Amino acid sequence: MANVMIQYNEQGELCLYLPKKDLEEAITHFEFDEEQRWGGEVHLISGAIYYIDPMPSRPKLPITVRAKRLQAA
Amino acid sequence: MEMTKEQTQALIDEVLEVYPEAARKDRAKHLAVNDQANAGSKCITSNRKSQPGVMTIRGCAYAGSKGVVWGPVKDMIHISHGPIGCGQYSRAGRRNYYTGLTGVNAFGTMNITTDFQERDIVFGGDKKLAAAIDELEQLFPLTKGLSVQSECPVGLIGDDIEAVARQKGEELGKTIVPVRCEGFRGVSQSLGHHIANDTIRDHVLQPNEGKEFETTDYDVAIIGDYNIGGDAWSSRIILEDMGLRVVAQWSGDGTLAEMENTPKVKLNLVHCYRSMNYIVRYMEEKNGIPWVEYNLFGPTKIEESMRKIAGFFDDKIKAQTEAVIKRYREQWDQVIAKYRPRLEGKSVMLYVGGLRPRHIIGAYEDLGMEICGAGYEFAHNDDYVKTTPEVKDATLLFDDASAYELEEFVKKLKPDLVGSGVKEKYVFQKMGFPFRQMHSWDYSGPYHGVDGFAIFARDMDLTMNNPCWKNMKAPWTKTEAADLAKTA
Repeated sequence: MANVMIQYNEQGELCLYLPKKDLEEAITHFEFDEEQRWGGEVHLISGAIYYIDPMPSRPKLPITVRAKRLQAA
Repeated sequence: MEMTKEQTQALIDEVLEVYPEAARKDRAKHLAVNDQANAGSKCITSNRKSQPGVMTIRGCAYAGSKGVVWGPVKDMIHISHGPIGCGQYSRAGRRNYYTGLTGVNAFGTMNITTDFQERDIVFGGDKKLAAAIDELEQLFPLTKGLSVQSECPVGLIGDDIEAVARQKGEELGKTIVPVRCEGFRGVSQSLGHHIANDTIRDHVLQPNEGKEFETTDYDVAIIGDYNIGGDAWSSRIILEDMGLRVVAQWSGDGTLAEMENTPKVKLNLVHCYRSMNYIVRYMEEKNGIPWVEYNLFGPTKIEESMRKIAGFFDDKIKAQTEAVIKRYREQWDQVIAKYRPRLEGKSVMLYVGGLRPRHIIGAYEDLGMEICGAGYEFAHNDDYVKTTPEVKDATLLFDDASAYELEEFVKKLKPDLVGSGVKEKYVFQKMGFPFRQMHSWDYSGPYHGVDGFAIFARDMDLTMNNPCWKNMKAPWTKTEAADLAKTA
């Protein structure tokens, strides 16, 4: 489990920031990005996959959440 | 010299040939040919530990914290806690200008250290630190706060600088920030930036959350401008001309009070993204302050950045910005008219810290020059992603290049100008390449802003068109070579 920050970059695309590794990666696929459900699998451009426990509503970004790494880059 | 992608790749392969296999494999990941079609994906490996035995030019976490982020905060004393060398050899080298009376109410260029001896390593240095803080309070009562910048031994012997800082801070009623920036942490100075940003968050922003501050709708903060040679001042002129109020400068010519007031601004302006993105990210999440990256090197980027910043404000600012741009244009058109004919078509190779190679490209292009190679000491993945669209296809990109690689690249690419640090300066000058020290502007500056561009253009002209480069060969070697050419 690691703390990650989900945010928009300058182009308005979602990206994930991992403070521990100082890594900023664009998100290619975000499983649930809906008003009632937000989270799930997060696929990064580097090939890594993280999992965020789905939340009942879409939070205000940027937000720091706990995420589990399902697949390393 | 125009290069194709294949030629650049061949150059990389040739340079890598001398390494043993394992080193070659690792270094190959750090060198790349720019390919704009590949933008956004992983093209180059960065922010990794340097190879043992390969000469790197990186710094350490202490350099990142004390030298870059904390050092320029002028009304605080930054104690280099540990042996004396780290503080002494880095003292005032970065040329962060400030106003104030050094030793009275400003302390930027002073070297304050606890000067560890064998005894402190054996018995611990906490007592010495406490004594130093008391002595400093007596000698310099006008300090607004102190920071304790740990050097390697402090971490190795496990001193509790946090406890000393807390106790002394309560005693004196001043902000005392313990910074765990021991040099051995991380792979480069980049982690030092991060640690320093985190300590600002914990010891400056969080305890002062409820602080009263009279705001206006046009408050902005300059983040990540270290006022090298007066950079932040020439940036500030632009922002104030646009009608904005600059509340804080982080951290060139900055003060502790300015930092405490920053969470009340309307917009954070980030110049050095690599060293200060951490704190604006925090303020965005915590205080809801948007931030924007800007770039004040060269007319094209200045204009672009001014419009980008004005876009966050109302029509009054937008109109004023357009009027100011019109006025500036007259200024910089004269500069370009004067220097562009002298510099047109020349090539530049840049190897600087974590941001400048991509930021300064615009300024060179405004003068008709082009970039033939660009590299960073301690950049991260996102910096390379942002660099790719800025440079042409087939441009050589290198990460954490060694002294050997850099020399070989310069020999092969033969740029008209090399821009890097002081460790490289004399090597390349002796090889006969015009060189500018792009970390602290080679004792010149400012280079930011409209006023800075004029100085930048003049400096590049002075360096490249200096008659000395024609006289690099001794007269006797010259005739011998000419004679040989005749007989051959």
